[in-house]
Amino acid sequence: MSTPAGAPADAPATPVVRARNVTKAFGHVEVLKGIDLDVAAGEVVCLLGPSGSGKTTFLRCINSLERIDGGRIWVDGELVGLAERGGRLHRLTDKQIAAQRRDIGMVFQRFNLFPHMTALENVVEAPIRVRGLPRAQAHERARALLERVGLADRAGNYPAQLSGGQQQRVAIARALAMQPKLMLFDEPTSALDPELVGEVLSVMRELADDGTTMVVVTHEVAFAREVADQVVFMDGGVVVERGTPAEVVANPREERTRAFLARVRAGEAG
Amino acid sequence: MSGPQPPREAAGEVAERPGRIEAVEVRHPWRWVAVAVIAVLALMLAHLLVTNDQFDWGFTLEVMNQNIVLRGLLVGTLFTTVCAMAIGIVGGVLLAVLRLSDNPVLAGVSWAFTWFFRAVPRYVLLSLTGGLGALFATGLSIGVPFDFLLTQWFGTPQLRLLSIDQQALYALFGGVFGGIVGLGLSEAAYMAEIARAGLLSVDKGQHEAAEALGMTKRLAMRRVVLPQAMRVIVPPTGNEVIAMLKDTSLLVAIPVTTELFYRVSQIKNQTYEVMASNMAAVLYYLLATSLLMVGQYFLERRFGRGYGASPRRPAAAGVSLGPGGAK
Ligand SMILES: Nc1ncnc2c1ncn2[C@@H]1O[C@H](COP(=O)(O)OP(=O)(O)O)[C@@H](O)[C@H]1O
Ligand SMILES: [Mg+2]
Repeated sequence: MSTPAGAPADAPATPVVRARNVTKAFGHVEVLKGIDLDVAAGEVVCLLGPSGSGKTTFLRCINSLERIDGGRIWVDGELVGLAERGGRLHRLTDKQIAAQRRDIGMVFQRFNLFPHMTALENVVEAPIRVRGLPRAQAHERARALLERVGLADRAGNYPAQLSGGQQQRVAIARALAMQPKLMLFDEPTSALDPELVGEVLSVMRELADDGTTMVVVTHEVAFAREVADQVVFMDGGVVVERGTPAEVVANPREERTRAFLARVRAGEAG
Repeated sequence: MSGPQPPREAAGEVAERPGRIEAVEVRHPWRWVAVAVIAVLALMLAHLLVTNDQFDWGFTLEVMNQNIVLRGLLVGTLFTTVCAMAIGIVGGVLLAVLRLSDNPVLAGVSWAFTWFFRAVPRYVLLSLTGGLGALFATGLSIGVPFDFLLTQWFGTPQLRLLSIDQQALYALFGGVFGGIVGLGLSEAAYMAEIARAGLLSVDKGQHEAAEALGMTKRLAMRRVVLPQAMRVIVPPTGNEVIAMLKDTSLLVAIPVTTELFYRVSQIKNQTYEVMASNMAAVLYYLLATSLLMVGQYFLERRFGRGYGASPRRPAAAGVSLGPGGAK
């Protein structure tokens, strides 16, 4: 939705993500217990929280990899996974869900590159097959993206021939190739050897500087403190605390947040 | 000082550092014994093949050159193998996809198909398909199902597009076509299990990565999952092709006579050159199987892309790459 010309300048822009009272259970286990979140265009939101607190599940709900049981999520003003017609909610078909996902990039903890395709083929696949971009244009764009993540010279390599950090950077380029309005990162550095974490984080930092709207699940507190506009601390399926990094990371109000940060920092020091 | 003294070299008192190792390799005397035994056995076999007058290699070659034998090889054996495997592979992958689908009805249909066609022996199955023509006394048509009821009740004209009369059906099912149908359906049941194992071998993260990029389930299956599953599917499929090649000798149950072993047997029964005739068939089966193995090698290489060591240098990529890199 674009604001009509002449609208007051202070009219609130549509948030890229708006989540209200999102609930989700696996069987009888309630994993998300009413999550709210707003992500404005160009904003970087970091989700922190102990393992099992529901961060991954919430992220996956945003692009319908999981189906929510209650609440609503809108991406760019459009209801995710549902459509309202004649006063009733209808589930979207697989095809319609696929169409919604085109505008949402996702980067996984375990990279999930396509192992039978080279780095370049990984990046051009969706633009050609899903967006219908002409080959030449897709290749040109893919090369530029690989260059941007510092892997121009690795275009012809298969994932198995790349280090973890390189694979994750290809995965970021692959997601960016669809020119998404929103990028989701699920612990993108957790599967990496410590000396490879920096190269991935610095690519993400550049994306943030370029105004990419990002939701990042991470245990990298330093990254959250320096890059995030908003930090959300989750525990047990609820948002415990949220605010700027200066509030949540530097000066947590909640005991649970403090305990978590202390544990993570002890881990980093050790 | 107690304890053993380190050797003087290790203490660094002698300047020379250990150099290239010139050691005697481990010897394997039993390997040589085995080679000797096998050599003797091989010689005995060769001697038998050359001197025993049951083997008449000239006659064998003559049999191999007979037109009816060549036609049998081409039509009944090779053509049937290719067509039945095509049905088997396409059908098997479809059955596997159905079996793994969320729709319980489709999954059940797939299960029932596999159950039936794996349970019935191929020889029996072929004599069934050979007689299928008899099922349709009034021929077979493609059109609106149960249109004869509509005609009866409402007097509407028959709604049929394509009709085959019974004569043609008899000929069709009683020939190579019937054999291809029987063997193909049977093969689909086996291929379904092979394809299912292949599809299940692909990590769930691959489906998710593809779908997160906006691919539909179908596109993800075709472009991401199936190509990876092929790596697991191809080797056992090679076995299946070879087994199929040999099972074409069951076409006699249809009965189809334009088939390699049937034709060879005809000559055998007329000439009583049992060994020499049989060897004609054996040599053709060996030859065909060898060619299939070459084909399999190339297929495995194609679908092993990305798992071996060598980087790909696609023409489009242009960039020259070092192997692997330091990391
Ligand atoms: N597919 C699933 N089936 C059942 N339980 C799940 C599934 N995925 C996640 N869970 C459970 O949901 C809870 C939250 O998981 P997750 O969202 O992965 O947490 P986090 O990412 O914060 O570590 C965990 O208790 C986990 O065991
Ligand atoms: Mg997680």
